[in-house]
Amino acid sequence: MSTGKRIAYFLGLPILLILVWWAATLGSTNFYVPTPGKLVETFWRVWISNRFFTDFMPSIIRLFIGLAATIVLGVVLGVLIGSFRWLRSLFEPLLEFFRAVPPPVLVPLLMLLIGINDQMKIVVIISGAIWPVLLNTVEGVRAVDQVLSDTSRTYRITGMARLRYLVLPGASPQIMTGVRQCLSIGLILMVISEMFGSSAGLGFTIVLFQRAFAVPEMWSGIAVLGLVGIGLSAIFQLVERRVLRWYHGLREVQRDN
Amino acid sequence: MASTNSRMPSRRVTGPLLGAAGILLFLVAWEAVPRLGLVQEKFLPPASTVLVSLGQYLGQGGFWHDVGETMTAWALGLAISIVAAVVLGLIIGSSTFLRRATHSTVEFLRPIPSVALIPLAVLLFGAKLESSLLLVVYASFWQVLLQVLYGVADVDPVADSTARSYGLGRLARMRYVVWPTMLPYLMTGIRLASAVALILAITAELIIGSPGLGYQIGLTQSGGAVVEMYALILATGMIGVLINVGVRILEKRVLKWHASVRSEVVV
Amino acid sequence: MLSVSGLKKVYQVDAGEIEAVRNLTFDIDAGELVCIVGPSGAGKTTLLKCISGLLAPTAGTVTLAGKQVTEPPKAMAVVFQEYGRSLFPWMTVRDNVELPLKNQRVPRAERETLVNEALAAVELGHVPDSYPWQLSGGMQQRVAIARAVAYRPQVLLMDEPFAAVDAQTRADLEDLIRSIWKKLGVTILFVTHDIDESVYLGQRVIVLSNSPTVVQEDLAIDLPDERDQLSTRSSARFGELRGHVYEQIQLAKSKAQTGAVRVK
Repeated sequence: MSTGKRIAYFLGLPILLILVWWAATLGSTNFYVPTPGKLVETFWRVWISNRFFTDFMPSIIRLFIGLAATIVLGVVLGVLIGSFRWLRSLFEPLLEFFRAVPPPVLVPLLMLLIGINDQMKIVVIISGAIWPVLLNTVEGVRAVDQVLSDTSRTYRITGMARLRYLVLPGASPQIMTGVRQCLSIGLILMVISEMFGSSAGLGFTIVLFQRAFAVPEMWSGIAVLGLVGIGLSAIFQLVERRVLRWYHGLREVQRDN
Repeated sequence: MASTNSRMPSRRVTGPLLGAAGILLFLVAWEAVPRLGLVQEKFLPPASTVLVSLGQYLGQGGFWHDVGETMTAWALGLAISIVAAVVLGLIIGSSTFLRRATHSTVEFLRPIPSVALIPLAVLLFGAKLESSLLLVVYASFWQVLLQVLYGVADVDPVADSTARSYGLGRLARMRYVVWPTMLPYLMTGIRLASAVALILAITAELIIGSPGLGYQIGLTQSGGAVVEMYALILATGMIGVLINVGVRILEKRVLKWHASVRSEVVV
Repeated sequence: MLSVSGLKKVYQVDAGEIEAVRNLTFDIDAGELVCIVGPSGAGKTTLLKCISGLLAPTAGTVTLAGKQVTEPPKAMAVVFQEYGRSLFPWMTVRDNVELPLKNQRVPRAERETLVNEALAAVELGHVPDSYPWQLSGGMQQRVAIARAVAYRPQVLLMDEPFAAVDAQTRADLEDLIRSIWKKLGVTILFVTHDIDESVYLGQRVIVLSNSPTVVQEDLAIDLPDERDQLSTRSSARFGELRGHVYEQIQLAKSKAQTGAVRVK
């Protein structure tokens, strides 16, 4: 496919949709839907301002701290549980239960236990987003190839070296699947944790706009959350493509056969 | 066989036993922590108190009414998103042009967290079932659509051209070639979506105040009814477990005919 | 050098016990190339896992250079049949060959030389930065052999290494093993189910009986040291030896089964 065609495919539908939106709101005074121009103007005024530092950045920092802690904790615990059969048997039903608890119900619980502060918001993210990472890591560690494991043993690759050269790379496709799921849950929980008795942050701000019937401002907040989601997913894809280059190549070869 | 550990008598028996021990251990710890005063009982009531409260809830009509509200939002939202995603997925997936043209838009809309729509739902519908539905449908739709698109893309071109050479029309090919290939993917999508749908149904109730279990949890929290709050949280976890188990059974049933039970695509 | 004495391995399964290896005793001298051949299901893989220290035998001992084997010994390398699963798919060819050396804390410069020499020995000097899965099956198995060679073992164990490659590649790899063996003076224990292969490669062929396994025969191969796919295989002596091993295996198969619990 030529570059021009690719650009046309990439931008075609989005441009069409924006045109439809523009045409539909042209001359209308619909209270709920602002025009594209009005939204862009509002977005600029609301978010490229002091609010960027008081509401946007703190939320994003909490999100990143929460996600980083989630991934580290999830992988460490997952490797531990995945490496010992008795630990796995011991924790399996409990983990099934914790995974099934809808994470937002943990917000009132953690508010009670920790209080309303930054730590609570970060713990909310960790306690809800850790399960996909943890469970996928357990599966990945458990499924390390037997022949590869025997090979490592005959070359006396044990302990930390085994973890570094065999277990972690072997489990990495599964771990990345878990990480991808944890990103979207983490973002949801970041927003929800700020909708409860908070006085700053992205979640708080868009609810504030909605309560004040500031509709274009509210839409601009929704757009910010959308952009954060897209940004996270772009970062993930970049990292994933690097980390799992071997895996995608391997799968392609297997598919061709 | 080679990896059989000769000292382990019979794994099939010890596994569930250990699992039960794990649950017991957890409950004992939960009982002990507040009883020993490590955490005050008003923050973390002992397990026995919470379990008794849960038992009382199970005998109340009001509780089951709330469960019904939550499950209605869950089931309705899930059904709408599955139907919409399958129809759209089949249309988009079977045309190269549409697949390419929609790719960037799908990739753009998919990562938008559905909780971003909470203010919109409040503005449009208020604390009603429709608010829950908006969030549930938006969140689960993408899960199913993506899997359907993967599934349609996985159709074996040889099988498709064979069917074509035997004069099967577009609809017949859809029925006999595309649908069976897609079904395992669809089931994966439904499994992921059913978990997400529950999360969003509860979220809508908790934050917007649509009727259901989540709303009740919000009430117990603001009313300081800590024991009841823990009991209700346990209840939502149990609903989650039941949904997971149910969907897995359904998946096994539907795919029984599938000769090679597809190993799951990682990533 | 390598001595197996009274080796017995019984697996515990839910339905009872499976006796995979009953009583095996044999010795291999330093520098020998010995083939072990037996009908499929004769416990060849079990035997190899016991020798390499991956499995603990139920009874009997394996001794390498006077020391009893209880864990994978440093002086031993193993090449497995499943080349696709014995190479690390997330590492390049070079990294795969280098890893065991790195793990042994061999200095970098020395590592470099060993890896290059080993890759050159298996004629793969031109693909160090490819990933294993980008190579053909035969080439992948050569990477595994290079890894074993670079490790400088005293004993090289090979578990049906060529069972999954095509016939042409297989002949090339057999000659490769003979030449590496001569060049390095390493002791090789080569397990196969292919009678022709065992006679062509070995100085000695140990024929195993059917499960539960004992040594059926220990046969010296008196073919000339210079072997050639065409002339050796068409020689009269090769035919006789092959016929003899074939008879022994048929005999082993027909023997009555006793003692073993069969599961599935």
